[in-house]
Amino acid sequence: MKRVEGLVVVPTDRAPTEPARLVDDFTPSLIEVGGHHLCPGCGEPIAMRSAVEAIEELGLIQRTIAVFGIGCYTAFSNNLDVEVLQALHGRAPSLATGVKRAKPETFVFTVQGDGDMVNEGLQEVIHAAARGERITCVMLNNGVFGETGGHLTATTVLGQRTKNTLDGRTAEAHGHPIRLSNLLAQLDGTAYVARGAVNNAGNVARTKKMLIRAFETQMAGAGFSFVEILTMCPTGWFVETQTAPSYLADNLAAVHSPGILKDVRA
Amino acid sequence: MTRRLLEGSEAIAEAMIVAGCRFFAGYPMTPFTEVLEHMADKLPAVGGVCMNAESELEAVGMAWGAAATGTLAATGSTGQGLSLMQESLAEMTLARLPLVVLNMARAQGDYFQATRGGGHGDYRHLVLAPMDVVEAVRLTQVAFHLAARWRNPVLVFGDYYLAHTAQSVEVEALPLEDLPASDWALDGSSGGSGQAKLVSPLGSAKQRDRVGYDLAQHYQECVVATAEMVAGVTPMAETGFTDGAEVVVVAFGTPGRYVRAAVGQLRAEAVPVGFVRPISLFPFPSAVVAAAAESARAVAVYENNQGQMIDDVRLAVLGRAPVHFIGGLSLDSSGFGIAPDLDVNVIRGRIQRVVAESEGPR
Repeated sequence: MKRVEGLVVVPTDRAPTEPARLVDDFTPSLIEVGGHHLCPGCGEPIAMRSAVEAIEELGLIQRTIAVFGIGCYTAFSNNLDVEVLQALHGRAPSLATGVKRAKPETFVFTVQGDGDMVNEGLQEVIHAAARGERITCVMLNNGVFGETGGHLTATTVLGQRTKNTLDGRTAEAHGHPIRLSNLLAQLDGTAYVARGAVNNAGNVARTKKMLIRAFETQMAGAGFSFVEILTMCPTGWFVETQTAPSYLADNLAAVHSPGILKDVRA
Repeated sequence: MTRRLLEGSEAIAEAMIVAGCRFFAGYPMTPFTEVLEHMADKLPAVGGVCMNAESELEAVGMAWGAAATGTLAATGSTGQGLSLMQESLAEMTLARLPLVVLNMARAQGDYFQATRGGGHGDYRHLVLAPMDVVEAVRLTQVAFHLAARWRNPVLVFGDYYLAHTAQSVEVEALPLEDLPASDWALDGSSGGSGQAKLVSPLGSAKQRDRVGYDLAQHYQECVVATAEMVAGVTPMAETGFTDGAEVVVVAFGTPGRYVRAAVGQLRAEAVPVGFVRPISLFPFPSAVVAAAAESARAVAVYENNQGQMIDDVRLAVLGRAPVHFIGGLSLDSSGFGIAPDLDVNVIRGRIQRVVAESEGPR
């Protein structure tokens, strides 16, 4: 095989020794269709992948009910080989509560964005957490309404430009971002609260561990568990795809600091 | 079973449990509050769950989640609380989920909310309006049956009087036909099968079957389901003295009972009046109203609001006779529906006025 400055060139004068690898070959079995319509550089598919891998690894496939909010990630609500209940924008925690209380043997988690959870449905998640509801809420936080094209949410950091804060978010005009994980960690009903990110391989690995720990917390009946995952949204941030991971680190993660905020089982 | 003196809210709670309801979520509000109290007291004893939701939004959300597992679920409030629930009620219909919703209303101003719905999109709910505690015990059970049969929310429209009046009643399970298996319900077990279930107001088609959601097709399927439901539910009404009635009075719920008494008194005095009491407000018993109005000189509508059901009566009568409104707002200062207007003698006088005005050659 000929090498040109370190780059492996696939020979074209004979049949390949291995079949070509497609996106589907890397797709977890619980994601039914590998291709998706989310933007290049989006962090949400990585978060979804991590969640379903955790379900599979914990052997929860046949007792899982995922409750989806409304956002770009809703694209996965009809693309999983686990049972899904679709909620209204903001209302997933109360639906998850109904599911879990009616069928306590199930494993129930929500998938919501920052707009869904912190803007529209803030009281839902706070009450579910305070009740110590035996569910796991997963918030994909990219600091914008991605689906509408990049608008201010309650987690948008100060200074960030969005389509309805063209000169950047200011505390005077638009208030301060809410650090939801920090808020929830203070509540007596929460058993596990962590904030991860998917902007580099190390963070992806750490985030998956957080999801596993949160899911185990629910199955142990220890209380409410919560994982916030910082995800890239180059489209909604108006940055180049390849710069989104560092933009996340420099802006979103500077305000919403990754880490384990609470683990009562530790 | 023996007859017991039960307040409406307690009788309705017991009827829900007899009907198989095993999940209830609510938020206190007069005059609905006592239903929540009784469910919180009685439901755990039969292995059910009653949630003291932090708002009406969460009450309907919790009931939605429970309903999605195939558990017979209910929620309720007064009209004000139901206003908060409308988004979910509309969306649950598109997700084709059964739910029983109680409106212990303040007077009858929520007729449009109940029958037209305050939510978004193209949907209908079945609406049943009991007149008293005995009928409420029966209709509450019918509501669960209809909800499960048609996979659609069903509203039971009561009021302050229904919730707070004690009546001698027997709460016994109605003999209702078997329901189809709820094979759509979620319990987690279809995960990993390649056919994992999806319960969604956006449709239940998976990407593996088709690319993305197809709302055009899903909404069309919902329209067909609604049409089948409306065609499959026989409208319910009580009629009295309609043979030879020159004036037919239409009223529903508690006022229907007062109208029935007033009409009965007038008939005893040989005044040719009759009444129709719609029991299902949707589907509306239009054919019953039309038949009663066929040979009448006039139709009168009594309801404790500024005139809402009168629209449905006019649509049913369709010009066969003039339709007069003889009801009106009737509230005490609390607004709960302690109604000075709701008086058999007052109603009787108004009916007599319609009779007098419609006399003479046609």
